[in-house]
Amino acid sequence: MVGLEWYLGVSAILFVIGVLGVLISKNAIVVFMCVELMLSAVNITLVAFSSFMGDVHGMILVFFVLCVAAAEACVGLAIVIAIFRNNITADISKINLLRW
Amino acid sequence: METFFFVFIATFAICTALAMIFSGSTVNSALYLVLHMLSISGFYLLLQAQFLAVIQILVYAGAIMVLFLFVIMVLNLGEDDTLKSHINFKEIFAFLLGVVVLAQLLYIVGGYSGVLPELTVEQAKAVGTVEAIGDELFTTFLLPFEVTAILLTAAVVGAMLLAQKTSNVED
Repeated sequence: MVGLEWYLGVSAILFVIGVLGVLISKNAIVVFMCVELMLSAVNITLVAFSSFMGDVHGMILVFFVLCVAAAEACVGLAIVIAIFRNNITADISKINLLRW
Repeated sequence: METFFFVFIATFAICTALAMIFSGSTVNSALYLVLHMLSISGFYLLLQAQFLAVIQILVYAGAIMVLFLFVIMVLNLGEDDTLKSHINFKEIFAFLLGVVVLAQLLYIVGGYSGVLPELTVEQAKAVGTVEAIGDELFTTFLLPFEVTAILLTAAVVGAMLLAQKTSNVED
């Protein structure tokens, strides 16, 4: 039986890979995919705790996280399309309308 | 046997995640993310959460990734040199920040000393079934479940409003 700390360690590594992708990527769509990566890394933690404690509530939280991730991807990609239509770019370093 | 599967899935998940970030083409990134989601559902199966494993494949690898690929197709993002990242001060700083966060997380995880109660095999198997999750979801969490339906409807309507071509919203 693989211990709980191994699942938590893998989840931490995947989360940091997601953070790194958000910070260094210049493509708006890859940034969204990295956000999904971070969400699913946290989901591994929730399922691991839920399974090791014998408590079903963690898995229900994962279910709601999946719903929110779907809504977030839907609205986020619509915003990317709207920006692309006005600005003809998916490069987030060039979208600086609100920068002072 | 379980340890072998865990190491295999963990290596696969980390490799596909890294390949996703550093791949030059957006389509390749999306396809690596599909592989990554499949390996995540492998983790769920190892943790005996069958329902969530199936949902993960259906929702992520099925629905969300098709949405991503459609947007890539609509925006016509292929191999684009202007979107490739070059090494500069900002990225070195980001890398250092990532290493610091990883060190903190692994330090916390390493301090775990096994305080959780030992479960019997029957108890562990009963947690992740459709029966157990559905039972809890439709009794204790019925209101959040219904609110989720409203959230998804609002998200779909909002996405259509944002992405439509001629906006007939008056300023």
